[in-house]
Amino acid sequence: MWTGLAGAALACTAYDHQSVLDPVGPQATSTRQLFYFMMAVAVIVYVMVVGALLLIIRNRRTAVDDPQSPAREASAERTIKIAVAIVVPVLFVFLLYDFAVARVVGRMPEGSMLTIDVTGHQWWWEVTYEDPIPHNIFHTANEIHIPVGRPVRIKLASHDVIHSFWVPNLSGKKDLIPGHADDIMIRADQPGIYRGQCAEFCGLEHAKMAMLVVAESPDAFTRWVELQRQPAQVPVDSVAVAGRRVFESGSCAMCHTIASTQAAATVGPNLTHVAGRMTLAAGTLQNSRGNLAGWILDPQTIKPGAKMPANALAPAELQALLAYLETLK
Amino acid sequence: MIGSRTRSIGVLSLVALFIMAPAGCKDEKREFREMPPAGSPIGAVRESELQPGPSVVAESTKSPYGNNAYALSEGKRLYNQMNCSGCHFQGGGGIGPPLMDDDWIYGSDPSQIFTTIMEGRPNGMPSFRGKLSNQQVWQLVAYVRSLSGLEGTSVSSAREDHMYVSPDLQLRSPQTPKNTNTPSK
Repeated sequence: MWTGLAGAALACTAYDHQSVLDPVGPQATSTRQLFYFMMAVAVIVYVMVVGALLLIIRNRRTAVDDPQSPAREASAERTIKIAVAIVVPVLFVFLLYDFAVARVVGRMPEGSMLTIDVTGHQWWWEVTYEDPIPHNIFHTANEIHIPVGRPVRIKLASHDVIHSFWVPNLSGKKDLIPGHADDIMIRADQPGIYRGQCAEFCGLEHAKMAMLVVAESPDAFTRWVELQRQPAQVPVDSVAVAGRRVFESGSCAMCHTIASTQAAATVGPNLTHVAGRMTLAAGTLQNSRGNLAGWILDPQTIKPGAKMPANALAPAELQALLAYLETLK
Repeated sequence: MIGSRTRSIGVLSLVALFIMAPAGCKDEKREFREMPPAGSPIGAVRESELQPGPSVVAESTKSPYGNNAYALSEGKRLYNQMNCSGCHFQGGGGIGPPLMDDDWIYGSDPSQIFTTIMEGRPNGMPSFRGKLSNQQVWQLVAYVRSLSGLEGTSVSSAREDHMYVSPDLQLRSPQTPKNTNTPSK
């Protein structure tokens, strides 16, 4: 199950099997139970129907039988009554069980709950960690870190079209509807990296709109939060300094933010700690220097239709920019 | 009674109609990689055709996005994200001149609007050279032209996503540009 966070960080994007049948939280567990229950009942019903069909084929009616005879009518009426008497309670049990599951999925004990805002964009996830103290609020993208065992309330919103938040190992789907505030409760009971994706068709790159949920120990989570709250590192290396200038003076700064620099646009993902993330372009690419270079120069080949334009950078500028972005741990 | 000959002609023409029908529904193209990444935005538009030394083939200044609904909607997104609306508002003008009327200080031709965005203009219009790609600027050009109905109403949005006090672009009457090419003000 647990692939080991340290090993997975940066070098490879090893995440746990993305499956509803492999739950790690109370919501996903109860959903899986409901699925197994429904499956079992459906199998029993299927066997019964096929059995009845075979029985009817075997005991075929003879030509002398009169289907209109009073004796046969009474028999048919009795059969229908028994069938209804069985089906209605079974459906009622389904209904009650479904309600029970919905209660588990929708409710989470209050207390030290972590609240995260997730906003869907075409085609990436904006993530904001709320805090009562304004300067403790920080922004990231496409990667949600949560502490193991602590309930998390994710507030959902959309910037453009309808998206849907779905991390199968943690919970069911919930739509992000423009102009409509909604939330979803999750809790991860085991550490691991769980992949999620947009589950509502949202345009050209819907398939490449993924995210990772990293469930880690409370200590590791606190360290991560402390790091994220820091402004971007000031580069010391001369190449990285040049890269920062490229970022601030070129087209990057038209859309992206790097805290503590002149770049403060909110159109694209916040890049303050981009080097610490496992993936680029919403789970499309592993975060490596080569992938980053390809993505910056020609995103339209990797993710056609993405809102990031191609960037004409001279080789020296590109290398400087890469050197700078790699310092943003 | 209909003769078999008449009937077969009827059937044939129906078949021909079905074969030809898809040709009528020509879908517009969505180009994501129109400009190769190496295409530098520098030198895209020249104010003069005269140049010293051997002549260099200039990049085309023809708008690639006339009547392209996708480009126009991308232009509309950029119009707000790049804060054009900060000065020109939603076309009605405010700090900057209005864009939905027939008055064009620096010309209504796509290449002239391209120059305006790339190079900037006196008294406040910033230059976006090096900040936006050629493709994005052409998308903006298409949207800016559509504000006064110069791109045809069929490619414009029929419904705004937000509250809007003026009629949508499809319902506005197209404006005929006046004083084009004559920097007057």
